[in-house]
Amino acid sequence: MSVGYPILSTLIWLPIVAGLIVLFAGRNNPNFAKWFSLAAAVLTFILSIPLYTAFDTTTSTMQFVERFSWIPQYNIEYFLGVDGLSMPLVLLTTFTQVLVIASAWTVIKERVEQYMGAFMIMQGLMIGVFVALDAVLFYVFWEALLIPMFIVIGKWGGPKRVYATLKFFLYTFFGSVFMLVAFLYMYFQSGSFSILDFHAMPIAMTAQILIFLAFLIAFAVKIPMFPVHTWLPDAHVEAPTAGSVVLAAIMLKMGGYGFVRFSLPITPDAAMTLDWLVILLSLIAIVYIGFVALIQSDMKKLVAYSSIAHMGFVTLGMFVVYAIYRETGLVEGAALGMEGAMVQMVSHGFISGAMFLAIGVLYDRMHTREIGAYGGVVNTMPWFGFFAVLFAMANAGLPGTSGFVGEFMVILSAFKANVWWGVLAATTLIVGAAYTLWMIKRVIFGSVQNESVAKLEDLNRREFAIMATLAFVIILLGVWPNPLLEVMHSSVDNLLIQATTSKL
Amino acid sequence: MNFVTPDFTPAIPEMVLLALASFILIADTLWSERFKHATYYATQLSLILVGALVLTSFSTETVITFNESFIRDSFGDVLKLFILIVSFGVFLFSREYLTQNDFYKGEFFTLGLFSIIGMLVMVSAYNFITLFVGLEIMSLALYAMIAMQRDSSQATEAAIKYFVLGALATGMLLYGLSMIYGATGTLTLSEIANVIQTGKADGVVLAFGLVFIVIGLGFKLGAVPFHMWVPDVYHGSPTAVTLFIGSAPKIAAFAIAYRLLVDALPGLVVDWQPLLIILSILSMVVGTVIALAQTNFKRLLAYSGIAHIGFLLLGFIAATPEGYSAAMFYVIVYALTSVAAFGMIIVLAKTGFEFDQIADFKGLNQRSPWLALMTLVIMFSMAGIPPFIGFYAKLVVLEEVITSGFVWLAIIGVVTAVAGAFYYLRVVKVMYFDVPTDNEALKPTGGDIAIGISVYSLALLVLGLMPAWLMSITYNSLLG
Repeated sequence: MSVGYPILSTLIWLPIVAGLIVLFAGRNNPNFAKWFSLAAAVLTFILSIPLYTAFDTTTSTMQFVERFSWIPQYNIEYFLGVDGLSMPLVLLTTFTQVLVIASAWTVIKERVEQYMGAFMIMQGLMIGVFVALDAVLFYVFWEALLIPMFIVIGKWGGPKRVYATLKFFLYTFFGSVFMLVAFLYMYFQSGSFSILDFHAMPIAMTAQILIFLAFLIAFAVKIPMFPVHTWLPDAHVEAPTAGSVVLAAIMLKMGGYGFVRFSLPITPDAAMTLDWLVILLSLIAIVYIGFVALIQSDMKKLVAYSSIAHMGFVTLGMFVVYAIYRETGLVEGAALGMEGAMVQMVSHGFISGAMFLAIGVLYDRMHTREIGAYGGVVNTMPWFGFFAVLFAMANAGLPGTSGFVGEFMVILSAFKANVWWGVLAATTLIVGAAYTLWMIKRVIFGSVQNESVAKLEDLNRREFAIMATLAFVIILLGVWPNPLLEVMHSSVDNLLIQATTSKL
Repeated sequence: MNFVTPDFTPAIPEMVLLALASFILIADTLWSERFKHATYYATQLSLILVGALVLTSFSTETVITFNESFIRDSFGDVLKLFILIVSFGVFLFSREYLTQNDFYKGEFFTLGLFSIIGMLVMVSAYNFITLFVGLEIMSLALYAMIAMQRDSSQATEAAIKYFVLGALATGMLLYGLSMIYGATGTLTLSEIANVIQTGKADGVVLAFGLVFIVIGLGFKLGAVPFHMWVPDVYHGSPTAVTLFIGSAPKIAAFAIAYRLLVDALPGLVVDWQPLLIILSILSMVVGTVIALAQTNFKRLLAYSGIAHIGFLLLGFIAATPEGYSAAMFYVIVYALTSVAAFGMIIVLAKTGFEFDQIADFKGLNQRSPWLALMTLVIMFSMAGIPPFIGFYAKLVVLEEVITSGFVWLAIIGVVTAVAGAFYYLRVVKVMYFDVPTDNEALKPTGGDIAIGISVYSLALLVLGLMPAWLMSITYNSLLG
């Protein structure tokens, strides 16, 4: 597959170079920084479209591959490629980036060039994580990403930002070093850092379990799963709006992506043995964190907890595969859960991004995220009310929105595996609706609570455009998820075969 | 027995440097105050010249000369080259510091040059005498350099501490060397290895000798529990000297560790491996934990340096040529990073203001975004976060230690790396998130040091994007 230019390298390096230019040329010239970043983000998005249009849906092999030797002494390569699992996430990243840049347009006043530069660099690195097929290259992108995020949260965040950003950095760093040790061990066994070679190499059971646990720590922190989720609410609450959006929409997906790219295919036997652990943690996340979300008085924190619960669906969908496989001996039935998980990832990217942007709109006007400070917003901001309710419905998993598709597929397959899992997972539809709608009721509806709410102005054109785009995508995916499912199909099937074929 | 003229060619760089250093020593006393900076330029020119000599005479062939007491091999050449590169940076930043603090003296540079000669001899030593002489040349010059700031009680204290503990360490090393000599009857490294190979040497004496040698090396490298001098000396010395002690001598100490343990005592690998494992774990853990509590930037770098030495030793523990090359890569990267870090203190300092407290970095991003960015690069490189070169240094030693079957050691290593990230992050936090106490824009006082610090810092990034280049140099120098 070829599109006339090295598409993956372009998508990685274009934003990074643009970010560096902004960083240096944009000093004392915020307008240049903004327009240049926006132009670069839009250009990157346009250049990423061929990824979808030229994608071959019939195969699960890596496409748009670029492969060069990078560090020959250790057989480390600059090896890029996408399949049906990573391609949607790349598009999600390039799409979200445009909104992220636009969302910060008037809000950020201090050191605009550093802010924009950091986000542009982050975009390149995030795409790098999704397309890297060499373990060291993957790790480089994965870790390098922490640096700009650390700066963004710590510099433009809320009052407790320093604590939050240190916690964020150290949690994720701690998680990922074990993954590095696992990579090095596998290199020692196989003589290659290629992830595809890792997929093919046989590993003994003890080693598999240890590697699986190392991966679990790394990805569980990133997703985040209960009980290592505590950095997320802090980071989300303190991060600036765009930071929350990037965290929720894309960085959390890296954990989920890690499971499908590393854990399941590399250590299938360990995954099959320890699937109960992940399922248990996922169910705790779904149910318990759902209740935790219910009592939050801070809107961002509420959405942060709901993110954890939604990501619980992702891990649940990925690991029910094994229960179904044990029950029926067939992998076909399990595809539903896996595809549901993937759809849930993409859809959560849009919905959580939309929620955080909506909260950002309010925060920009009132500078508080306390639910109690609002009430009756719809009276002064009718358009905003419309979008907020729409996004809330999507967050609660209303049919017709993208939130429904993934959750429904996962719940269905959970029922197939074990009725009780299904029941527990399905409670989230109730709890999720409860906390989201209750928040909406308190913030949006009712009579105007105080003077500052009475003075609110409705969405301006820029905000309207952002909201409308997201609303469009959320509904589109909700009523017509087929384009997304289509590209995943072969890769998911292949993944299921890998995940259920013993490597002992 | 006939006197045969030895082959001088392998030692030409050392001899030329000695001649130049002696010339500068005399010239410095002669040329007038107006030309005082001539000493500095002459020193830098000498380094460039000797570096060029090393570079042009580079070959993969190994030559042993002076009655088997001096070796020239690609391993040595690479280390020498980096000692010279690092020292060039040291002098570059030092001049600024010395001028600011009003003790610009030509002796600083001549002593520095003699110390470098000592290092080059250490790198090329092929028998115990040469090795010891090299070590002494280096150390004595360093003691004097610390004590040069005579009216500073701190510096004097540091000098005495360094001298007493350094002498103790040298004594230990010497004691160990003499025991090995007693057991094997030879001073030449390769012959010692041969005698031990045959099994004719007394095992007990060898073991005692080995322990003393490891203690001596531990002192010189600054590994726990022989690290006590490191923080005090780093802190007490004038920053220009700290910069020197913290960088090039580490490369030289690595070289003698390699010559002794690998060239002379490979037969005792099962004995020294466990010793180094203990030193390595202690260094990583103690260095990291104590660094967490530091408020002084120089002490922070001292303790973090101890932790780095722990990582470096991992490469030795692997006990394979790949492992040694990983350790070599590590020490070179560490020395370069160290120059950048201490150099940054000098660049930021002003007359009468040391800039060595972490609190001094407050709001640096607002005062000078460029220098803040460079400091960020240095800190993240030290913490081992990609894409900076520090990450690859850790990557290769960890890989080698895992390949040798010590997965648990690698896990201890990465856990301390995470804890260590905290104190580097704290510096970044202070620079980027805190409000400056002094809003005045910061500008480096000299154009040369501004360019110098940028080159050294950006090198950490550029090398990190293309680590294969440096890695192939260290790899090929040991594995052919």
